[in-house]
Amino acid sequence: MDLSDRDYALVTALCGGLPLTPRPFLALAHAVGMEEDDVIARLHSLSTAGIIRRLGVIVRHRELGYRANAMVVWDIPDHAVEDVGQRLGSCPEVTLCYRRPRRLPDWPYNLFTMVHGRDRTEVTGMIAAMAEREGLRNHRRETLFSTRRFKQCGAHYGQRQAAE
Amino acid sequence: MDEIDRAIINSLQGGFPICDRPFAAAAAPLGLSETQLMARIERLLADGVLTRFGPLWHAERLGGALSLCAMAVPEDRFDEVAAMVNAFPEVAHNYARDHALNMWFVIATEAPERKDEVLTEVQALTGLRVFDMPKIEELFVGLRFEA
Repeated sequence: MDLSDRDYALVTALCGGLPLTPRPFLALAHAVGMEEDDVIARLHSLSTAGIIRRLGVIVRHRELGYRANAMVVWDIPDHAVEDVGQRLGSCPEVTLCYRRPRRLPDWPYNLFTMVHGRDRTEVTGMIAAMAEREGLRNHRRETLFSTRRFKQCGAHYGQRQAAE
Repeated sequence: MDEIDRAIINSLQGGFPICDRPFAAAAAPLGLSETQLMARIERLLADGVLTRFGPLWHAERLGGALSLCAMAVPEDRFDEVAAMVNAFPEVAHNYARDHALNMWFVIATEAPERKDEVLTEVQALTGLRVFDMPKIEELFVGLRFEA
């Protein structure tokens, strides 16, 4: 889907979030000089095209009590990584699953999953159970717990105009 | 946070209606009024339970670039390096993790070519190697949390 200047204007206007007013799309329309109906139609299109992954509340997981945040990285043979990734990605414990490049010799891992839980003991147990269940016990893996969060803000998009 | 806040969080991580009175439409199944729902969301934002109320964008489909980067930062330079990295507006988040590679951050840029520039600038500024690990394939993005 090609994005127009108007789409980028909408992206910019939405950077701070949706206005908390009974007709937020009317407020957006005023901000970008469009009609409310057009804003609604464009946002439906952006949503259908998957450019908006979802619309709603975006939580700070720590504040919900998910204090243990583990990045679990796996060394999976290249021929199997897609299949294993699909399976891990559909595990209820996993909130994100990406295939990424190894950086040998320092970094042998090519599959990255995030697992969140109440505390480290719970998360360590979840990961071990998952590895057992998926037959991955003998694959090399590491669990990197986060110790501090420095920054968590949405990326800033939309300042750029569509290409002329 | 009470039961109503939990219900809001559990039901509105996505699926917020796109229509002329979306708060009214979203409030009805929760047994709330439009005004009550807006006030609740405003307070959850003020309390820091929510980072945002709005869209979660698919960065690459917006034409931008995104990468997960890691560095091995000497312990005595950690705060100094964190400040340097976080000062880049392109750094969307940054976590310290338990590993030799102890700093993990995400670079998100609107212009795809800007990503490598930021990487080079971070390396030049800190004198440390940045391991760049852009995704090859997205296998699952859920990031939904039950309250």
